[in-house]
Amino acid sequence: MRIVVCIKQVPDTAEVKINRETGTLVREGVPSIINPYDMHAIEAALALRESLSGKVTAITMGPPQAEAALREAISMGVDDGLLVTGREFAGADTLATSRALSGAIKAAGADLIICGKQAIDGDTAQVGPEVAEFLDIPHVSYVRKIVEAGPGSIKVERLMDEGVDVVQAELPALITVVRELNTPRLPSLKGKMNAKKAEIKKLSASEIGLTPEVVGFNGSPTQVKKIFTPEPRCGRRVLEGGIEGQVEALIKELMEKKCL
Amino acid sequence: MDYFLSEEQVMIKELARQIAVEKVVPVRQELDEKEEFPWDIMRVLASSDLFGLFIPEEFGGFGKGSFELAIAVEELSAACLGVSTTYAANALGTYPILLFGTPEQKKRYLPDIAAGRKLVAFGLTEANAGSDAGGIQTTARPEGDHYVLNGTKQWITNGGEAEIYTVIALTDKAKGARGASAFIVEKGAAGFSFGKKEKKMGIRASATRELVFEDCRIPRENILGREGMGFIVAMKTLDSSRVGVGAQGVGVAQGAFDEAVKFARSRVQFGHPIIGFQAIQHMLADMATDIEAARALVYQTARFIDSGAKDVTKASAMAKLFATDMAMRVTTNALQVMGGSGYMREYPVEKMMRDAKILQIYEGTNQIQRNVIAQNLIKEAAKAK
Ligand SMILES: Cc1cc2nc3c(=O)[nH]c(=O)nc-3n(C[C@H](O)[C@H](O)[C@H](O)COP(=O)(O)OP(=O)(O)OC[C@H]3O[C@@H](n4cnc5c(N)ncnc54)[C@H](O)[C@@H]3O)c2cc1C
Repeated sequence: MRIVVCIKQVPDTAEVKINRETGTLVREGVPSIINPYDMHAIEAALALRESLSGKVTAITMGPPQAEAALREAISMGVDDGLLVTGREFAGADTLATSRALSGAIKAAGADLIICGKQAIDGDTAQVGPEVAEFLDIPHVSYVRKIVEAGPGSIKVERLMDEGVDVVQAELPALITVVRELNTPRLPSLKGKMNAKKAEIKKLSASEIGLTPEVVGFNGSPTQVKKIFTPEPRCGRRVLEGGIEGQVEALIKELMEKKCL
Repeated sequence: MDYFLSEEQVMIKELARQIAVEKVVPVRQELDEKEEFPWDIMRVLASSDLFGLFIPEEFGGFGKGSFELAIAVEELSAACLGVSTTYAANALGTYPILLFGTPEQKKRYLPDIAAGRKLVAFGLTEANAGSDAGGIQTTARPEGDHYVLNGTKQWITNGGEAEIYTVIALTDKAKGARGASAFIVEKGAAGFSFGKKEKKMGIRASATRELVFEDCRIPRENILGREGMGFIVAMKTLDSSRVGVGAQGVGVAQGAFDEAVKFARSRVQFGHPIIGFQAIQHMLADMATDIEAARALVYQTARFIDSGAKDVTKASAMAKLFATDMAMRVTTNALQVMGGSGYMREYPVEKMMRDAKILQIYEGTNQIQRNVIAQNLIKEAAKAK
């Protein structure tokens, strides 16, 4: 089975500070890590490779230094890494990111694509599903257990607010995974040695068949108008009394506020 | 200080530290309190390839030496000596095979050891033979294609948990120490069982147990070296491994020191963080100097051993002696810097101090190390004349 893991290099938010004036993260001097959810994606891919054999490729889009994230993935046992990089990719929103990643995945070829459920810096949880849409393949998000994998299909448990769904999808497919799925392994010495030597293949927009207009800032419909810390909301009120009285009071209030 | 580690040595250090921080620190207190053998951590060390460091590449290892092993042991020891003892005793048990094994014996045992599939233990000590190892009474009687072992080994690290045991026993009682031989005994051999597991002051995650041989028959080809070479095997083994005990001392001292500094920066008395008091500063300065001196000696000794030097007995005794006396001093003073907090189990330093004590005792007490160093001095002086 050919497995692609999409990973993102993020600032270690445990160490990060926020610039109060601009509302943005102060990234200088903050160590970079692989997005923690993506570590679970890597572990899932390696475990599948162990039981089914095959190959695991890690892909990231980012600046040249994102290569470090790919090497770390290789130190855990991933076979190779692809770095989607170039000025044209800077300033990408989730749509432009997904477009670029899906281009690279097409170039690499994959039966199964595994992503973390979201990145801890952006927290959108959009990139995984959007990649699946670009590739026109099924996706299942919030996977907490892989019940069966291959050939031809995958059966997983999807974590929902209340309980789990058991979902089967035809391959190729994309899943996004949650922490409950597994415990990521530590690197091995052999892995670290491989990571040091590994050649990381770099891909530009043209090499994945995309023009500069559709990636990076140019390809991003999202426009950040303003970043601010929301005012703490006040005027919270807890309705009291029996459940029926509460519902009545709530509806009345919502109508008065023109919410209903 | 920069010890000019190679790229690979830095990788080994980082990897061992990552395991120590992520996998050992969170469970060390529980392992200590429950006196639980650290199997989960051993499995992590195995999948991270650290059991293969000092095993030749042709047997599935990395072909590194005492130095790389010392770096890994040091990092693990900074987190938990119980865990690092388990790991280091595995190397102790492996050296007899590495140093004296035939190609067949190496092929049979080393790949499993390198992969961490099988743990090893080294059995020399007996009830009546501690410092005076020449007083062992366990016998190995040749009988046809077999040796028949009888006797009891005491306080054997990894006893019961290991699959492979290197054991010293007498093949010729009349010759005393010259009649000793070394053997490989596998767990499960008929007549081989385990006695009681000891309850200890420290390194409580490590298992210390009796090995009991009652007409235990092992194949003749399990002898290491020739009959009568048992003590040479034991002494050469200890020459190689002792520096690792020194590395344990450096690690545990560093671990305790780091806790003491952290504490001294945050603990306020008389309106100041206590690290502002000269009395504390001088203690910390002495501790830091002590640790660095020991590290330099341990590293240099390990490199000396790896250079293929012929006689490393004195050097390895010095490294063990200095680094482990240092570890007892530094862990004691680290606790002192922390006052009553240091004495509480809420902090890791009381455990580090309890653990450190063993380093002055096993693989030859520090009195015996001084004897060994002195014997070598006398020999050297006599030669110089
Ligand atoms: C936790 C633990 C794990 C161990 N693991 C192993 C293992 O894996 N394999 C193994 O074979 N052994 C193991 N041992 C045994 C260990 O190596 C011995 O305990 C050690 O060699 C000392 O022997 P002893 O305890 O009998 O002390 P003794 O020899 O009885 O010594 C008692 C005291 O007398 C002093 N002394 C003795 N003789 C002299 C002398 N000639 N000059 C000056 N002072 C002297 C000693 O320094 C010590 O202070 C272990 C011991 C412990 C406690």
